[in-house]
Amino acid sequence: MTVSSAELLRQIKSRIDEIDPSEVKELIGEGVAIVDVRGSEEFATGHLPGAKSIPRGHLESRIESAVADRDTQVILYCASGQRSAYAARTLTEDMGYEHVRSMTGGITLWKDRGYEVEVPRALSAEQRDRYSRHLLIPEIGAEGQQKLLDAKVLLLGAGGLGSPTALYLAAAGVGTLGIVDDDEVDLSNLQRQVIHNTQRVGTLKVDSAEESIQALNPDVKVVKYPVRIDASNIMEIIDGYDVIVDGVDNFPTRYLLNDATVRLQIPVVSASILGFDGQLSVFKPYDGPCYRCLFREPPPAELAPSCGANGVLGVLPGTMGLLQATEVVKLILGIGDPAIGRLLLYDALGATLTEVKVHRDPECPICSRAPDEIRDDELGVFPDYEAFCAAAG
Amino acid sequence: MATIKIPPVLRASVGGEKEVEASGENVGDVLRDLAESHPATQSQLFSAEGELNRYVNVYLNDEDVRVLDGLDTAVGVGDTLVILPAMAGG
Repeated sequence: MTVSSAELLRQIKSRIDEIDPSEVKELIGEGVAIVDVRGSEEFATGHLPGAKSIPRGHLESRIESAVADRDTQVILYCASGQRSAYAARTLTEDMGYEHVRSMTGGITLWKDRGYEVEVPRALSAEQRDRYSRHLLIPEIGAEGQQKLLDAKVLLLGAGGLGSPTALYLAAAGVGTLGIVDDDEVDLSNLQRQVIHNTQRVGTLKVDSAEESIQALNPDVKVVKYPVRIDASNIMEIIDGYDVIVDGVDNFPTRYLLNDATVRLQIPVVSASILGFDGQLSVFKPYDGPCYRCLFREPPPAELAPSCGANGVLGVLPGTMGLLQATEVVKLILGIGDPAIGRLLLYDALGATLTEVKVHRDPECPICSRAPDEIRDDELGVFPDYEAFCAAAG
Repeated sequence: MATIKIPPVLRASVGGEKEVEASGENVGDVLRDLAESHPATQSQLFSAEGELNRYVNVYLNDEDVRVLDGLDTAVGVGDTLVILPAMAGG
């Protein structure tokens, strides 16, 4: 039996549900998944607001990562309503999606009616090449890459943890990297701080980091803060960043950072290292616990070997810093399960990664209150820290 | 017997071990048994009043004992206690 393409289309259309562009317009932003099944080149010339791009050839393999729930209302469209009709049949009859409709007339009719079209900012040819391995992952794609390029991430410290994090975030195309560090590169740093090198001993770490980042990826704008972060400058420095990476080497700054980021509601990807052990967690204010919920008080000097120099396996900050970089990318893209409410414990000698639960503390001195109730003079405050650091030498 | 995971900063107090065994019906008993066997851990874990120090987190398996019954939380055979003070190295 042979069927003409016109006849096949007629048969398919009789088996699916269609929807007029005027109705689609009313549903935008109402929790309906709008999927553009045209090719990615066509999508790049303009699409319905909020539409996701899944070229029809990739429909079966990618639809579940875009629309996980079979109950979701899905609207498919293409240029004229043909390809989306075939796609609607596939989703309904082969994959069990229950509420799928194809938009009649496609984006051509949509435009004829004068409805809004979103034109994605196009990646340059060089960017398409540079980020091609991201573009191939459905969870990232051109849209995700654009999110990375638009993102602003602040790194506290260009040391052990900050070095690998900065390099990989730069390579991934995070558009703005702020770096706070008032130190100079020391020979003893180079056992682990891979963003610096032997020729740069004695130069400011922020300058050295900038040079490495620019050499790796000129897309990245580096904002340098060659200062020690403290209560007087923290609010000014961190405001406007999307994610902060905490790799600082002392408790006072960790508590200060926590309190300030809760107030500004900026997520912090936090890690710490000692010897052969690392800890990591994501503190997303009000979605999960904060650093003070986890550690209400810093330990006393004999249990806090962070005031002076301590030994650390050179590779360890690489491992922990890259776990941080991974969490940062996930937060920017809004994918996966970030380590919110969980503390990951990495034991390099045992080659084990375990985790414990972290709960919001209803009596937390900081995040149990509304952001605007946290006062300037409370930021980073806890008892007698200076004294015990001094005692620890 | 329960297994106690010892953090790096406490290992010197237990002869360099990463894990030690201790016995007791509940979290408090197990930790006190640890302190008896390794007296150097006493002041690091407990205040002068015998309370668990606020800067020490203790987990039964993966759960914070503060959201269970604290030091009274029952400990079964084969359970693991994790002692976890904050670290700040970067």
